Amino acid sequence: MNKPFDHSRRQILVAGATLSGGMALGLFMPGNAKAAVPALELGGETQDAAALNEVNAWIVIEPDDTITLRCPMAEMGQGTASGIPMLLAEELECRWDNIKVEFASVNRNIREKTLYGDMVAAGSRGIRTTWPYVQQAGASARARLVAAAAAKWSVPASQCEARESKVFHKASGRVLRYGELAKAAAKVKLAAEPGIKPPEAFKLVGTRQPRLDSKIKSTGKAQYGIDVRQEGQLYASIISSPVFGGKLVSVDDSAIQGARGISHVVKLDDAVAVVADNYWRANQALKKLKIKWDGGADAKTDSAQFAREYREALDGPMVTAKEDGDAKTAIAKTKHVIEAVYETPLLAHATMEPCNATIHLQKDRLDVWMGSQSPLANAKMGAEETGLKPEQVHFHQLYLGGGFGRRTFGDEMRQAIRIAKAANITVPLQLLWSREQDMRADRYRPQSAIRFKGALTADGKLEALFIQSVCGSIQRSTGNPVATGLDPTSLEGIAQSVPYNLVPNWYTGQMLKNTHVPVGYWRSVGGSQNSFYLESFIDELAHAAGKDPLEFRRSLTDRVDSLAVLKKLEEMSDWHKPLPAGRGRGISLVENHAAVGGQIAEVTVKATGEVHVDRVFAATDAYHVVNPNLVDAQIEGGVVFGLSAMMYGEINIKNGAAAQGNFNDYRVARINDAPEMVCALALTGGVDEKGKPKWGGVGECSTAPIAAAIANAIFAATGQRIRSLPLKNLKLTGPTQQARL
Amino acid sequence: MPRLIVNGKSHDLDIEPDMPLLWAIRNEIGLTGTKYGCGIAQCGACTVLIDGKPVRSCMMGSGAAEGKQITTIEALEKDGTLSKVQAAWVAEDVPQCGYCQSGQIMSATALLNHTPNPDDSDIDAAMAGNICRCGTYVRIRRAIKRAAASPLGKDKV
Ligand code: FES
Ligand code: FES
Repeated sequence: MNKPFDHSRRQILVAGATLSGGMALGLFMPGNAKAAVPALELGGETQDAAALNEVNAWIVIEPDDTITLRCPMAEMGQGTASGIPMLLAEELECRWDNIKVEFASVNRNIREKTLYGDMVAAGSRGIRTTWPYVQQAGASARARLVAAAAAKWSVPASQCEARESKVFHKASGRVLRYGELAKAAAKVKLAAEPGIKPPEAFKLVGTRQPRLDSKIKSTGKAQYGIDVRQEGQLYASIISSPVFGGKLVSVDDSAIQGARGISHVVKLDDAVAVVADNYWRANQALKKLKIKWDGGADAKTDSAQFAREYREALDGPMVTAKEDGDAKTAIAKTKHVIEAVYETPLLAHATMEPCNATIHLQKDRLDVWMGSQSPLANAKMGAEETGLKPEQVHFHQLYLGGGFGRRTFGDEMRQAIRIAKAANITVPLQLLWSREQDMRADRYRPQSAIRFKGALTADGKLEALFIQSVCGSIQRSTGNPVATGLDPTSLEGIAQSVPYNLVPNWYTGQMLKNTHVPVGYWRSVGGSQNSFYLESFIDELAHAAGKDPLEFRRSLTDRVDSLAVLKKLEEMSDWHKPLPAGRGRGISLVENHAAVGGQIAEVTVKATGEVHVDRVFAATDAYHVVNPNLVDAQIEGGVVFGLSAMMYGEINIKNGAAAQGNFNDYRVARINDAPEMVCALALTGGVDEKGKPKWGGVGECSTAPIAAAIANAIFAATGQRIRSLPLKNLKLTGPTQQARL
Repeated sequence: MPRLIVNGKSHDLDIEPDMPLLWAIRNEIGLTGTKYGCGIAQCGACTVLIDGKPVRSCMMGSGAAEGKQITTIEALEKDGTLSKVQAAWVAEDVPQCGYCQSGQIMSATALLNHTPNPDDSDIDAAMAGNICRCGTYVRIRRAIKRAAASPLGKDKV
C-alpha cells in the first residue's frame, strides 16, 4: 500500500502535508481536547509514519487510534470534506471524535489507476457519485480490521464485531483497538470484499453534525491557494486581453524601469504579466505598463447588440430537445394562449478568493498549489503544458475561497506555467489574479433569451407548453463542437431536470448561440436562467388560469419528490394566509442537479419600487443526505447566491470586453439584502432505476428557484411581471393593487 | 521604513510607505489570515482592527498605520481559547468556503465592543461592508447574537 514518495522537495511552509502528498484539512469536534489542535498546525514532515499505518489508501490509523480519512473532493464551502469522511466513518465503525481529514493525493491518484475517482467537485456530485466507492473503502478497511483481530484471537471473523474504533469478541470478552490492529489489517487478504450498508443501517450518516472546518476557518488558519508561501517564491500579476480572444501587440515598460522588486515583464500571446518579490509591487507595475491589444472585429461588440441578436434568433431554426405530444397543434386549437419572452445576462462567478495558482516548474517535476474543483484534470493539463508525464506533476490541493463552477478549468494554472516557461523562472511562482482580472477573464453564465407559449383549457388546465430557447453553449465554449446542436447544460430546467411530468403536450427547441465571450458552469448551471424562466411563466399561466400558483403546480406533476416538496412548502409557510398591501408571496419549484427544490419568497415592495426579500421558505428533496446541518447551509447560501444575481448580477460587454471589474460595479448581495430563511428537508429516499439508493445533490438546487420565487412575489405584490434580469435595471413602481395571496 | 505593531509585536519593515497594510501583513510579516478580495475597500475580506476600529487594510498605506495597534484574526484566539465571537462562529457553523470569515469576525468583534447588544439593523449597518459570496449572512446574524449573549464579556482587542 505504501508507495514510496519523494518528499525531498517538500517545503516546511506547506504545513500538514502528509507522506502521500495530501494536505491536512483540519479537524473535528469542538470539545475533544486532543482533537482540538488543528491538524494544519501539526506541521510538515512528521507524517512519515502515517502512511505506514494506512489500512488502505483512504484510511490511516495511528497506534493511538487517531484516524486520518482522505477526501478526494475539493472543499469550497459545500461541505463535502465533512460529508465524505462521515460516509467513510459510518462504514469503518470508528469513533467520530478522533479524526483528521486530509485531501487525497492527486499524484497518487494518477499513479494508482485513479483509485480516488475523477476528483471533480462540481455538479453537486460530491456525495451522489462517490458513495459507492467511498462506502466500499470504509467497509473494506473495517472488514480487514475485523479479520486481523480474528486471526490474532484464532476465532472466526463472524464472531467479532467492530464498533467505536475497536473490535470485540463477545464470547471471550476480548477487545482490540483499531490502533493495535491497523498494521496487521493492512496485510489482510479477504476472500471477498464486504458489502456496504444500505441507508437504513446508517447510524452517523443522516444525523446533524458540525462541519469539520468551522474552527480552522474562524481562526485564519485555513490555507487557501493565495496563502501558499514557498522558499524563494516570486509573485505575478497579470492582465489578459480585455477583448476575449484578443492578442497582445506590444508592451511599453519604460514607466517601471528600475521599479523596486520587479524581476520580469512577461509577454504571452494574449496577456502580460509582471513578476516581482511582492504581489503588490507586481500589480502596481502592471498598472503602469502601456499595452496595445488587438481585439479584432470582436472589439466592436456590445451587450445591447447581443441581446438583440439573441431575441431575434428566437425566430430562427431550433433543434428539438423535448417533444411530448404535439404542442404546436394543441396551441393552435386552444383559445386561451399566453405568450411571453424572457431574457437574462452574462454573470460572473466572483468567488471571494480571486483565482490563483502557485507553481514550481523544474526539469523533471511540476508542483502546483491551488484550490481546484478539478485537480486531477488540472494536473493532467499541467503535464500537457510542460511536456512532463502526469506522474511528474504534484498537485497540492488547498481550500478554495469559493468555486461556484469557476475553479474547474485551470486557466490560472495554465497562465502561471506559461509565465514560468516564457521567463525561465525556476523558483516557485504565485500568480494571483487581481479582482479585476478575475472578473474580466471569467467564463460567464451564458446569456440567453426564451419564448414561451402556453395553452390553457377552459377549466384552467395547462394543455401545452411550447418553448423556444436561444442560449450560449458551455460545451462549445470549452472546445466541444456539440455536433447534435444540443448542449444538455443549456437545457437544464426546460427540457430535462423539470419537476413536472403531467403536461400532455410539451415542446422545447433550442438554438445554441455563442459569441466571443467565454461561458462556463455557474452554480446551478442551466437552471440559473431556465428555472427563472419556466417558473415565472408557470406563474403567469396560473394567474391567467385563475388558479392558486401552488395548486396549479401540483396539477402538473405526480412525481413523489415534487409533491413532497410542494406539500412541505405548504405546511411550513403561511402560503394561504394573505399578506398586507405592499407585500407579496411567490412560489417556485425546480429540479436541479439531482434534487427537487421548492421555495416561497416573501417580499416587500416600497412605494419607490424598491424590493426587499423578507423571508424565504425552502424545502428540498435530495432523497438521502449525509448531514442535514450542511444541507441547510448549502440551501441558505444557494438562495443568497441566486438572489444576488436576480437583484444585481450582470456582466455587460462593451467594446468586446467585460465592463464590470470589481464589487463597486458588479454588485452582490450583502447582509442587509439577506432574507430570513427557513429550511426544511422533504426526503423521499428510495432507489434509482438500478435499484441502488438514490442520493441527491444539494449544492445548486436552491440557487435555481430563488429568482422566480422573488419575481413571482413581486408580481403578487404589485402586478408587475419581471421578464428580464437583473431587477436593478427595471423601473418598478410601488404596489398598485391589493396583494393577491 | 514603517514600523508596524501587529498583534502586539513590532515589525521594522523595509517597504514603501504606500504599500497597503494588507500586503505588508500578508507578504512581509507573513500572516495570511487577512485576505485580499477586492483591493478597493468594497468587500471587507481584508478587515483588521486599528486601535479597536475596523479598517480595510487594502486601502491603508503601511506608513499611515505606523505606531498604531493593529490586530489581525490571528490574535483573537488566546492560548488555545477562541474569542467569544470565534466561538459563536464555530457553534453556528458559520463558515462555508471561509475566505471572507476573517474579515467578518474582525468586523463583528469591533461591533460588539462598541455595541454589546446589537439589533438587526445595528448588525446590518456594521456588517454591510463585508461580502460573503457563499451567503452565510443568516448564520452571521445568529452568531453575532449568540456572541452578544455569551457570558464571556467583551473580547479584548
Ligand atoms: S480587499 Fe480590502 S475591502 Fe476588499
Ligand atoms: S464563507 Fe465563502 S465567502 Fe464567506
